[in-house]
Amino acid sequence: MKTRYSFGGDEHIFVEVDEEMSMEAFFRSLSMTNAVRESKIRGVTEICPANASYQIKFDPDLISPDDMLAELKRLESSAEQADSVLKTRIIEIPVLYNDPWTHETLMRFRERHQDPNSTDLEYAARINNFTSVDDFIAAHSGAPWFVSMVGFVAGLPFMYQLADRQHQIEVPKYLSPRTDTPKLTVGYGGCFACIYSVRGAGGYQMFGITPMPIYDPNQEISYLRDFMVFFKPGDIVKFKPVDRDAYDAAVEEVEANRYAPLMRDVTFSLDDFEKDIDGYNKKLEEALHAN
Amino acid sequence: MPIKVLSPGLATTVQDLGRPGYYHLGIPISGGMDRLALRAANMLVGNDEGAAVLEAVFMGPELEFTSDAMVAVTGAELPPKVDSDVREGWAAFEVKAGQTLSFEYLKSGARAYIAISGGVDVPVVLGSRSTYPLGALGGHEGRPLQAGDELPLGTGGGKAGTSVPENLRRGPGMPAELRVLTGIYWYRLTEEAQGNFFEDTWKVAPEADRIAYRFRGGRKASFVDREPPFGAGSDPSNIVDGCYPYGSIQMPGGTEPIVLHRDAVSGGGYFMLGTVISADMDLIGQLQPHVPTKFTEVDMETALGARHERHALLDNIREAIG
Repeated sequence: MKTRYSFGGDEHIFVEVDEEMSMEAFFRSLSMTNAVRESKIRGVTEICPANASYQIKFDPDLISPDDMLAELKRLESSAEQADSVLKTRIIEIPVLYNDPWTHETLMRFRERHQDPNSTDLEYAARINNFTSVDDFIAAHSGAPWFVSMVGFVAGLPFMYQLADRQHQIEVPKYLSPRTDTPKLTVGYGGCFACIYSVRGAGGYQMFGITPMPIYDPNQEISYLRDFMVFFKPGDIVKFKPVDRDAYDAAVEEVEANRYAPLMRDVTFSLDDFEKDIDGYNKKLEEALHAN
Repeated sequence: MPIKVLSPGLATTVQDLGRPGYYHLGIPISGGMDRLALRAANMLVGNDEGAAVLEAVFMGPELEFTSDAMVAVTGAELPPKVDSDVREGWAAFEVKAGQTLSFEYLKSGARAYIAISGGVDVPVVLGSRSTYPLGALGGHEGRPLQAGDELPLGTGGGKAGTSVPENLRRGPGMPAELRVLTGIYWYRLTEEAQGNFFEDTWKVAPEADRIAYRFRGGRKASFVDREPPFGAGSDPSNIVDGCYPYGSIQMPGGTEPIVLHRDAVSGGGYFMLGTVISADMDLIGQLQPHVPTKFTEVDMETALGARHERHALLDNIREAIG
């Protein structure tokens, strides 16, 4: 893991913590962005943590690009000593896998897919060596997920599964991006799951849909009243497969503004997680269902 | 007293100088694509430079005024008309209650900025009145204007007869030149592809909007061989999803360069070869489809020099309008 710095024009610095994805790279990127935020460097206008990198936008009229770069490098060493413990929350997200809306959409864009003769779920199950789509869904909704980046479009979470590398699911993105993706599609690209917060273009494989809105620019939905974006980096997500009846019931709750996401505060320790992945995930799930 | 939208044009949106501070949540800065033109339009009608204006692309709207106001149209050459009388661009003129502001056909450029004294007074959302249509955020109901919309105006401003001298108006050249600082994942391209990118003349593709401008017509790029990093994906143009700078140039599959603009997607999984310098971002907003475009490599010193020149140009405009 070697940090690499590059200017993005005269207003950005792009910092790659690691070329490949890992929880260690995420935690280093997060502690570096925390250090930048705390140091209150004059001229910084945006601090954006990503999966294994981060980006700073700055005003070169207030701080020269070279000085900005020197500040970030100086902060790198202090960030390295930060512990990988996060006070966060775990949220249950219901998913109707293999739903009619993403199915209609994926059929419409079949010529842009690697395997036009199967669905996205069938394709992903096969190339990840699952014997059936059901087994694949069981793995996808088994271990929880860690929100390692928010972005692309308003409030979209990128999620990395809390599993060891040989149990990670990996799929390519569509050969050419679709011009349409249903709102609240549960998608997948590279080693990341996502939830499309709004309808629009997208290149991730489509596995299902959630009834739970995660972005509300009007701030009318009860749990989005304080802020229009639901997710932040560090959130933990557990997918729960639901059938059509449960999905429809949840949509009704959402429409009546009675839907309350199941969520609990938890502390996540990267060291403890890595010592016993399955045991740690079990504890997270117990915390979610504790009264 | 509000303005009534009789016809909306192609995609007319309310824009100001944008909404910084939320890019880490995928909410882009938005705001006028050609900020110099937006500032100049506001100066001409006596508004704060960052007041909300209308950004019209390719085709102007038709607007009925219900109170007297000063108006200025800058940016693209999209001649304004009050009832049937043509008015000059880059100059303030009066529109009286009951009169209609409309536009002739586009003569050059792509986006016109319509400033009205008092500014367009839609609600401020996350610190800005700019419209971000993909997120249904800001502006008038989070979307481009539609016939029948009514736009409230603020108060203040108004100064007749001032104009921006011709030598201070700026548009893209022909061919357009966009200056680029290479970097980020530039090393992913072979030396040959790096050379081709700057040698080739590209053309603006029809897919060109506030999110991004796509270019085509140059040679396909080749990549340096590698073992795909875990999580990136198998295509040589893939990276582990990261942040995208405004102005950054990605090239999915090595085919068509895409330059992100004010409504940028904040991140994704495609490598970037470099970034258009801040001083040239305004020019992109004035490029029509099919305009030949050359990318030119510059260093940081040149980028900062160009930024300084742009500030000086704005100072000269402020002084000329005084």
